[in-house]
Amino acid sequence: MTLLEVKSLSKSFFGICVLQNVSFTVKVGEVVGLIGENGAGKSTLLKILSGAHQPDRGEIVLNGAQVHFASPLESEQAGISTVYQEFNLLADRTVAENIFLGREPQRFGFVQKNKMNALAQEFLESIGILTISPTSLVRELSTAQQQLVEISKAVLRSPKIIQMDEPTSSLAQHEVELLFKIIKRLKENGVSIIYVSHRLKEIFQICDRIIILKDGNFVSEHESNEVLEEEVVRKMVGRSLTEYFPRRPIVQEFGKTVLRLEAAGNENVDGISFSIRRGEIIGIAGLQGAGRSELLDGLFGVSPFSRGQIYFNDLPVKIRSPRQAIQNRVARIPEDRKVEGLQLFESIMDNCLAVVRSMNPRETRKIKANQRSLLDAVEISTQNLNQEVRFLSGGNQQKVVIAKWLNAQPEIILFDEPTRGVDVGAKVAIYRQIRKLADSGSAVIMVSSELPELIGMVDRILVMKDGQLVRELPGSSTEFEILSAALSVQLKEGNCERN
Amino acid sequence: MVFLALVISVIVGNILVSAAGRNFFSSGNLLDVFSATSVLGIIALGQTLVLISGGVDLSMGVVASMSTLIAAGVMDNKQGNIGAGVGFALLFGVLFGLFNGILIGLFKINAFIATLGTSLLLSGYLATNFHGSYGQVPAAFHKIGSTNIGPMPLSTLIMWSGAVLFYVTLKQTRYGFHIFAVGGDTSVARLSGIRSIPVLIGVYVICSLSAAVAGLILASRTGVGSPTIGTDSKYTLLAIAAAILGGTTLSGGVGSIIGTISAVTFLGVISNVMSVIELNSFLQDVVRGSLIILAAALYAKKSSLRITPRFSRAKV
Repeated sequence: MTLLEVKSLSKSFFGICVLQNVSFTVKVGEVVGLIGENGAGKSTLLKILSGAHQPDRGEIVLNGAQVHFASPLESEQAGISTVYQEFNLLADRTVAENIFLGREPQRFGFVQKNKMNALAQEFLESIGILTISPTSLVRELSTAQQQLVEISKAVLRSPKIIQMDEPTSSLAQHEVELLFKIIKRLKENGVSIIYVSHRLKEIFQICDRIIILKDGNFVSEHESNEVLEEEVVRKMVGRSLTEYFPRRPIVQEFGKTVLRLEAAGNENVDGISFSIRRGEIIGIAGLQGAGRSELLDGLFGVSPFSRGQIYFNDLPVKIRSPRQAIQNRVARIPEDRKVEGLQLFESIMDNCLAVVRSMNPRETRKIKANQRSLLDAVEISTQNLNQEVRFLSGGNQQKVVIAKWLNAQPEIILFDEPTRGVDVGAKVAIYRQIRKLADSGSAVIMVSSELPELIGMVDRILVMKDGQLVRELPGSSTEFEILSAALSVQLKEGNCERN
Repeated sequence: MVFLALVISVIVGNILVSAAGRNFFSSGNLLDVFSATSVLGIIALGQTLVLISGGVDLSMGVVASMSTLIAAGVMDNKQGNIGAGVGFALLFGVLFGLFNGILIGLFKINAFIATLGTSLLLSGYLATNFHGSYGQVPAAFHKIGSTNIGPMPLSTLIMWSGAVLFYVTLKQTRYGFHIFAVGGDTSVARLSGIRSIPVLIGVYVICSLSAAVAGLILASRTGVGSPTIGTDSKYTLLAIAAAILGGTTLSGGVGSIIGTISAVTFLGVISNVMSVIELNSFLQDVVRGSLIILAAALYAKKSSLRITPRFSRAKV
């Protein structure tokens, strides 16, 4: 039974057409996956359905009646809840206050706080979230927990449709399972889900139907069990990707050891010992909160190591600040590029030159002359280098961050979730770049929650749990093996115990 | 943390005052302390609300001055006019607050610029039309300024009532919750269906109203209206400082009435101690400024350590 019908929706911003004649339907209790490259129009479509934008042309028909949303409030009242990629939470308020924001239980204007907290607790438990207390401040929660609160907020509204934009970007595997359980329960209750994600594996796992957008146009729709991943990718990108992950050189020769850590520790990790050679790519796996990013923070001087020793090319060094890390030829592409990687209101050129200007200002002019060719090498599709970075797609933004660091000619490059919020085409470009870096002799350390990404790219995997390194696995391990190590569960299937 | 500062200041203050031969806790001295806090306290209360909503109100001082002029002018030494005087002063507060609120809430003008602008407008008007004191407050009203209940002046009781009212509003009412929401993140609030315009207009009305009440108290104390009394003592900026010392942030979404009142009391104790030991008034400002900077620096240090580390010492 059709719940939602979108007819010929079109939208332009400042003369640029972002959606053109898009039509599709959503049935009751259906999970529809919406996929497409960045710039395909997915976010705009979600925002029109959520009332944040108004379409230029076209109709939205909900339950047989034509509707028009002048504001997000109207869309919510009509039964469409939206979970955005950027959290819409108030950091300094409690979980319960956030969940009930705008609909606090009240009497004569006074909020019934006990009732609110009890309802929040009950609700969280009822959907299976047991580890979050309604009286905690959102600021104190992990990113994954915040995302779960965001999702609870939407589910609480008892909507007919929930739109989710990259809901698993901050979730670890077991939290993704939890989300899928929540979605299945919602389906049983007749709620429909519009699920936007770049993680194709998840799309195939949870969605009944897949809708593909490209350049603002509707391309095709498929039942998820009737189509193959390759075909979907081809339709999204318009060309076939011969290799998703770049192939490794046939004979791999690693150079000398460039970095060695011995029993390093800071506030969040302890006893970290490993080494990496030139040309190697190491992946760091683990659950949320295992300390992966914090390990990189230690190497980069953001949370300096207070214990243990770091050796660069066999010489002991102390890294007390990012500046010292950079002087030791370490680069870091951060997890949250909008907060830590880019000056959003500055131009592409100024962002690319940022590190050079602060570390090696005399080289600036020379490097500036090289920018265009560097950016071509990194496969950025924008021509105007004076454009402000905030207007770029996620993938292009990430490429600017990479270009910025390449200008500093680092020997060790740290990637924290290198393809988060990045579309398929840009992902491939970034993987190519990482491969190139390793092939030219740099050492790469990559933190990623996407296990296929780790398996496809890295030579070795270090698994972390609770701030410590618990296992080292070969890059050809299976997802099951990596996950078991991350959960510190003994392997079944008759494999001998590895110590 | 402000509590700590307050307690320390009382202890140290007591020592210094005793050294000067006076008793800190004598009712005369306590009266001085409390009197010093009431006007600043009322202004700081309004300012706290505005700061939590993500803005700032630079016009409070001038509004307080105007309120003294209206009260003293309308009352004109006639007891029968007290009601009218109070009424018009408060009405002015409401209207001026409405003006600020519309500029900021409806036209989305930056709060700093908007209230700076309105304060200049008003102070320009005052400077042109009023020279020196004006009007006369009747004896009955003048007495309010000196009425005390024990060691507590009536004006301080008014401040405390205001504090309770504001505390309850922020902690218990939907409106209070929505002030935090709008100040914490306007777009989150909007996406949750909260209408920021009425919230903001309300906050600036309450704020200017507070300034008007402060003005009434000043008029009652001095007996006359004055075009500069609200700005002479730098109430507005000190109120902002007090709010921040008390834990309210400039960026909005966070704030504490208890913190503000503690900070105001702290400043009052400092002022009292400094005047008892007869510190030069320029030096008093130096001390005040240094304490504010010191406290803010300690705050900055404290908030960066808020997240508890997983490993604080090396494991064996």
